Amino acid sequence: MMEVDRDDGRSPNQLRPLACSRNLLNRAHGSARWSQGNTIVLAAVYGPKAGTRKNENPEKASIEAIWKPKTGQIGKPEREYEMILKRTLQSICVLTIHPNTITSVILQVINDDGSLLPCAINAACAALLDAGIPLKHLAVAVCCGLTESGSVILDPTKLEEQKMQGFSYLVFPNSAHTVLLKGPSQMDSEPMEHGVITSVTHGVMPAILLANMANIYVDDYLHSLERGRSASAKISAFIRRSLQSQVPDDPSKVK
Amino acid sequence: MESGNGGGGGGKEGDLSGEMEVDAYRRLFPLRFYERHLLESVRPDARPLAHARDTSLALGAVASADGSALAKIGCTTMLAGIKLEVMTPSTDSPDEGCIAIEFYMPPICSPIVRPGRPAEVAPVIAKQLSDVILSSGMINLKELSLISGKAAWMAYLDIYCLDADGALFDAALLSAVAAFSHLHLPHVSVNDDGRVVTMSEEQVEGKPAKEPVNQERRKLTLNSIPFSLTCILYKKYILVDPTAEEESIMESLVTVVLDTSGRLVSLYKPGGTVLAYTSTIQDCVALARQRVKELRKILNEALVNMEVD
Repeated sequence: MMEVDRDDGRSPNQLRPLACSRNLLNRAHGSARWSQGNTIVLAAVYGPKAGTRKNENPEKASIEAIWKPKTGQIGKPEREYEMILKRTLQSICVLTIHPNTITSVILQVINDDGSLLPCAINAACAALLDAGIPLKHLAVAVCCGLTESGSVILDPTKLEEQKMQGFSYLVFPNSAHTVLLKGPSQMDSEPMEHGVITSVTHGVMPAILLANMANIYVDDYLHSLERGRSASAKISAFIRRSLQSQVPDDPSKVK
Repeated sequence: MESGNGGGGGGKEGDLSGEMEVDAYRRLFPLRFYERHLLESVRPDARPLAHARDTSLALGAVASADGSALAKIGCTTMLAGIKLEVMTPSTDSPDEGCIAIEFYMPPICSPIVRPGRPAEVAPVIAKQLSDVILSSGMINLKELSLISGKAAWMAYLDIYCLDADGALFDAALLSAVAAFSHLHLPHVSVNDDGRVVTMSEEQVEGKPAKEPVNQERRKLTLNSIPFSLTCILYKKYILVDPTAEEESIMESLVTVVLDTSGRLVSLYKPGGTVLAYTSTIQDCVALARQRVKELRKILNEALVNMEVD
């Protein structure tokens, strides 16, 4: 693998410094601020509130995601973010505990310096946790970029994102210690945290693409998957540390 | 296979299935209904798990559009039309045209869509479509240029969903790709005021006062065409090309987009309770490879049929 020089001097596998603080908002049932370098997202959770929206299954709790951009109105990309967030969070929540309720997750972008959606997913997770919403496990999101030379870099900044030929947002479960029994979907060959909850890939801006007609190859994707997994382990370790420092001694907590 | 529920069960669900009508059982216990089929490796519509529904394409469905196509995958129906307009290209890319993609889900397409409020998925599919079409490099935007820095084509691609029965993105992408391969660029000429105007066929046939600017090139060259396949992951099963009913019961969807040269353009999995492991992803990609071959054949046949007509 070729070494890539990154503008901020990071190695290809190095993430930006992570920071997470919770319980910042007074009125929200749960809130969290997650930052990866200069990308900062504030998430608030309200709920579970009574009632279900139209076209949702009233036998299950439903989740709504509301995206607030830093400036301006929400457009198509933000709508897509909302849908991905909603489906991702739905898959980690235990939806059968509070049927016929709705939980709103509001994400306010404070600053976007690349890897925005993964940062928002991490923030939303921390906020759900802060609100005490029952979760099966946490979701750990990471952005893998494919540079023009074909190497994979993790957690790209906005500048790097613009120069890349493609990138994928990957979300993995963190589940080293789960209280749930292993589901039947569990593959014997691979541990659960290797499964992908969400994958969104993007090609590049058309101009760059037409220059070299390059794209994400299957092997490149699987390669970035591999790297994403190792990064997700780091993030999940960070979450665990950050939670242990914030939760007062809880005897039921698994060490 | 509709009667696959008879026979009094012996299954673990304690067993109403022997006493109940099939349709009632299907509505009351949709998941169990499907599981019983999956055990037999078949689906309620008699398809094997890895089979897509019958797919058809009709090119030139909208006579007034510059390019159009009607795509059907099973009952899912998409109508795509392309309208061309002359525009002034931006200074950043003076010799490139532009493509604007919109996806509509009118209330006619599904009971879930109500008039007045647009369907939630419509903007998401529109975004996905433009991501895939632009990033696959299928269309060389330079071919949409007329006079560098002065005039270029603006292509408005509008896709209408007429019947939403699952695998919406697959059908939408197929109709979009077909509409682009049907697209005919009209002749344009520069009039006395220096403005670029389109010429009608009669003007070109007769003695044109002005020489058309784009005499030779009337069709776009499509480089590598992207095709997609949506799969449902449920337990260890992979169900290809789901119907709306299947999508509503089993929620883990994966959409794989491959182009005709075999490259992975997109792998889209928005959440879902079933996790995708490397082996699952490889299986989905392999199924998509197969499907790309089928779809490519269908598109080529549609193009040949059109030339015959």
